[in-house]
Amino acid sequence: MRILALIRQVPDAQETVRVADNKVDLDGRKLVMDTMDEYGVEEALRLREKGADVEIVAVAVGPTRAQEALRAALAMGADRAIHVETDAALDVIALSSVIAQIARAQQAGLILCGGQQADWDSQALGAATAEQLAWPQVTWTRALELNGSTLAGKHDTDDGVESFTLSLPAVLTTQQGLNDPRYPTLPNIMKSKKKEIRTDTLEAYNVTPRIRLQGVAVESKERLKKILDGQDAPAAAAQLVQSLRQEARVIQ
Amino acid sequence: MILLVVPHAKGKIGKAAYELATAARNIGREGPVTALVLGSGVAAVAAGAARIADQVLVADLPELAQFDPELWSSAVAQIAQEGEAHTILIAASRDGRAYSPRVAVKLDAPLLEDVVSVQDRGGALVAERLSFLNRVTETIEAQGTVTVVSVKPGAFDAAQPASETAEQFDVDLELPPRRVTIAGMEKEDTGRIALTEADVVVAGGRGVGSPEGFTQLIVGLADQLGAAVGATRAVVDAGWRPYSEQVGQTGKTVQPKAYIAVGISGAVQHVSGMGKSGCIVAINKDRDAPIFHVADYGIVGDVQQIVPALIAELRK
Repeated sequence: MRILALIRQVPDAQETVRVADNKVDLDGRKLVMDTMDEYGVEEALRLREKGADVEIVAVAVGPTRAQEALRAALAMGADRAIHVETDAALDVIALSSVIAQIARAQQAGLILCGGQQADWDSQALGAATAEQLAWPQVTWTRALELNGSTLAGKHDTDDGVESFTLSLPAVLTTQQGLNDPRYPTLPNIMKSKKKEIRTDTLEAYNVTPRIRLQGVAVESKERLKKILDGQDAPAAAAQLVQSLRQEARVIQ
Repeated sequence: MILLVVPHAKGKIGKAAYELATAARNIGREGPVTALVLGSGVAAVAAGAARIADQVLVADLPELAQFDPELWSSAVAQIAQEGEAHTILIAASRDGRAYSPRVAVKLDAPLLEDVVSVQDRGGALVAERLSFLNRVTETIEAQGTVTVVSVKPGAFDAAQPASETAEQFDVDLELPPRRVTIAGMEKEDTGRIALTEADVVVAGGRGVGSPEGFTQLIVGLADQLGAAVGATRAVVDAGWRPYSEQVGQTGKTVQPKAYIAVGISGAVQHVSGMGKSGCIVAINKDRDAPIFHVADYGIVGDVQQIVPALIAELRK
């Protein structure tokens, strides 16, 4: 079976965000493979290590630099990569169409995708890709087992944790808690340099974005920052309660 | 028409339904607001929906007893097509975000995801949404005659229910077979007010010391305030609290009137789930903790001392 692991290159979570020319300026920022996607690559590797006969293909759609994130996936152990190179900002529905076309061409049986991407805060890619392929989907997977062509696992919902089973093919979204992604070892990093990254143009996929970004702003609400010293706990508590009741008026 | 899919849980209409109603009324598009209720045993939900919409469509079917993104998206797409809806509003809960993309693909429509505002501007919908872990506000425009919109919980004021009630109609649906089998659910129903519905949230991090400390301090303070209980990823991963209480990037996003963070350092992943709260209160022993940068009020001190003092003060 072939597994596609979707990869997105995003700013490191510790980086501050800056806006220039009405868009988020990533110049000089530390960019990494989205941690949510690392769980997907790791899970694919674990399925193989538990005996599944799988080929793992890392897939990214984005600018030239997205290849750095694909290299990171290859260094973790993915077998090869496909990069659809574009500077265009695709919306999630258009992106899902590209991914679905790749999945069909590669005859993939399983797609792993981060539960939420840290740059555009979208949770829609897994579900939209599943619908494009008419496959079932499970979001926010936290445990996974493969038995033949049946996947069993647990995932998070609004109300708690569900146990699920489904038959492949399928799309699963991944998250922290599913596993502990490995660090690439030096030999694997060396080996990964010889692995293939196929580069396609976006034009080959014939998609039309229908969401246009008009502009961005960094929002930070000014906070009062009235911070008290808590050496005298009862006095600090009394003052805080009074502020919350009479000034902020948020408690009774 | 504007189609509004009514969020509900445990047989009750959700607060998010009233927020969707506000979004629908303010969007600036013509046509009746049609509420769609999907589920099993949802008569009370439909009755509630009748007071926020111009008409209510109800699919009260045993097959819909449990949420499934394929069934929900199929149902919504059918109703949207039959009713020639131009705007489909869905609450951006975890479930809503799992099926709204499928509705968009089925309808060949753009998706405005997790928006905090949405308005018609010359025939196109223009929305604002947050990105980069909730730190950036994007203004985006959807092109097309039909648009699917998922609306961030807490972003819109709740509409007041009308005194008159709209007519209800039962609808027929052709539903696909269920392909994901749910073997079991670890219900994490703590019997408290839901995190996303509460006006006040008291949340705890590893700084409370232990599961017992969490119960005593966080649950104790929440009880005193009639508040919901929230937790950080670290607390949930340590098994101290259920996942349903997790706030942050991989948990719930909340926007209460007051968020009281106790023993929480304020990692960006946590702040992305609560940073839009009305008033943020931080209690932490580390003066340099990032949580104080986003706090309106705070106390630097030992949570084991401060929280019992707060509870005592509130009891006075």
